Amino acid sequence: MSAGEDSIVQFDNVGLRYGTDKEVLSDISFTLYPGSFYFLTGASGAGKTSMLKLLYLAQRPSRGAIRMFGQDLITQPRGNLPDFRRRIGVVFQDFRLIPHLTAFDNVALPLRISGMSESEIAKPVADMLEWVGLEHRIDARPATLSGGEQQRVAIARAVIARPEILVADEPTGNVDPEMAVKLLRLFEALNRLGTTVVVATHDVHLLRKVPDSLIMRLDKGTLSDPTGALRYPPKREVIAG
Amino acid sequence: MIGSGLIRRGGPRFSGSATRMMPQARIAGPMPWVIAIMIALTVMAAAAGLALSNVASNARAEIAGGVTIQVVEGAPAERERQADRALTFLAGREDVTSFRRVPDEELAALLEPWLGEAATESEAVPTPALIDVRLSGPVTARRLQDLRAALVAEVPAARLDAQAGWLAPVFEAIRSLQYLAIGLVVLLAATSVAAVWLAARSALGSNRDTIEVIHHLGGSDGQIAQIFQRSIGIDAALGGAAGLALGVGAIFVLGRQFADLGSGLVAGGALGLYDWITIAAVPAAGVVLAVLTARLTVIGALRRML
Repeated sequence: MSAGEDSIVQFDNVGLRYGTDKEVLSDISFTLYPGSFYFLTGASGAGKTSMLKLLYLAQRPSRGAIRMFGQDLITQPRGNLPDFRRRIGVVFQDFRLIPHLTAFDNVALPLRISGMSESEIAKPVADMLEWVGLEHRIDARPATLSGGEQQRVAIARAVIARPEILVADEPTGNVDPEMAVKLLRLFEALNRLGTTVVVATHDVHLLRKVPDSLIMRLDKGTLSDPTGALRYPPKREVIAG
Repeated sequence: MIGSGLIRRGGPRFSGSATRMMPQARIAGPMPWVIAIMIALTVMAAAAGLALSNVASNARAEIAGGVTIQVVEGAPAERERQADRALTFLAGREDVTSFRRVPDEELAALLEPWLGEAATESEAVPTPALIDVRLSGPVTARRLQDLRAALVAEVPAARLDAQAGWLAPVFEAIRSLQYLAIGLVVLLAATSVAAVWLAARSALGSNRDTIEVIHHLGGSDGQIAQIFQRSIGIDAALGGAAGLALGVGAIFVLGRQFADLGSGLVAGGALGLYDWITIAAVPAAGVVLAVLTARLTVIGALRRML
């Protein structure tokens, strides 16, 4: 069996350029297995956000091959992509909450998109908001929430549907250290249930808080993988969800 | 703790409350009023077209088989004799369903505006004897020719004309007006489509961030289009109802004024049950057109996103 056959994500020599500019990502190759926990680090401008955009299907690569959930993404017709996206949770760096919706409605969005009824939605959303400590802000609109509260709503929205992959861009950037640890514990809990977590961060202290995590380091659009561990990582035990 | 609801695959519809994802005012605003004006104008144009169609149909039915015989003879006694022979000739024909000599008083009244009272009373200007005839079935050129030949053999001073021939220019004019009404309806529909297209494009632009988020969370093009369709559908329904009320009000006012003219031709343009059903269908068609336009516009724009 070759290295990517039971993987959840596989990048092979992926390159990305915007327009006719030079590549922002070059020759990116790695494999993610279900249940892995990655930190994506790198200096500002190293290509972290571009890499995440490829992971949450906001961009197609300029070259190379990407497999996700066992299927070739490059040849997928556009109409199939929503099904892939529903299996991916995203925490955007700028939160991207919908301004005229309440915290409840923002968190409920992925469930509504998936077609769940209002009666099915109410409890999990309320539980999730309670877990991120926002049960008292359930009817608040984003403009009335602090930066940290908005970030917690964004995280709740990303994880509410128990995605198979969670992609988070600087998810703890606007919260206090205590909440940062709490959010990391949430990511770890998801990870233990089988969710593959990719967290982009430049906070080196955060890296030590998840002992079993692997670190992907981007440097000027190139992925450092001196030992080949990113491409051929050791398999991990996954707890069935 | 963590939401346990598993995501359903495929392309589900949004649950009901999710359709408020776009702020309604973004696509609402002037749209219901624009649609109301368009629907009102379309209703009036459609009513005019239908009324003209009714006028033409009634007039055609009224003069179908109609023939006018003139006995053109200067000497009054000879004119009377030949008129009587013409009446006898008509009474003996099976293809004549009815005939009537137009009384001299009626003829004088018709000519009075042009010739004056004295001229018609004194026989200063000889006027022909007129006979209004109804044939069974339509009057073809061949039938008219045969009838004319047979009549002139017995009544040399007789001249015979199909009534439909006199009104041909009127029917042509009515047909032109009908085409104009159809053209107006088509133009108004095209303008409505353009207005909805602009509104949908504008709403897409002002809600781009929200659309991108829904898109990244797995919303399909159909789901996003559904939000816009619902919004524009509500606008179109409100505008359509207002436009229908406005249009029907105008039809009643104009109908009353035309009825006061007392013209037989105009009275034939009264709208029937099916005409009213057609008019009532205008706003419904407007809603369907608006929703379809919004869907196609939004889907077309979304296709440019990954």
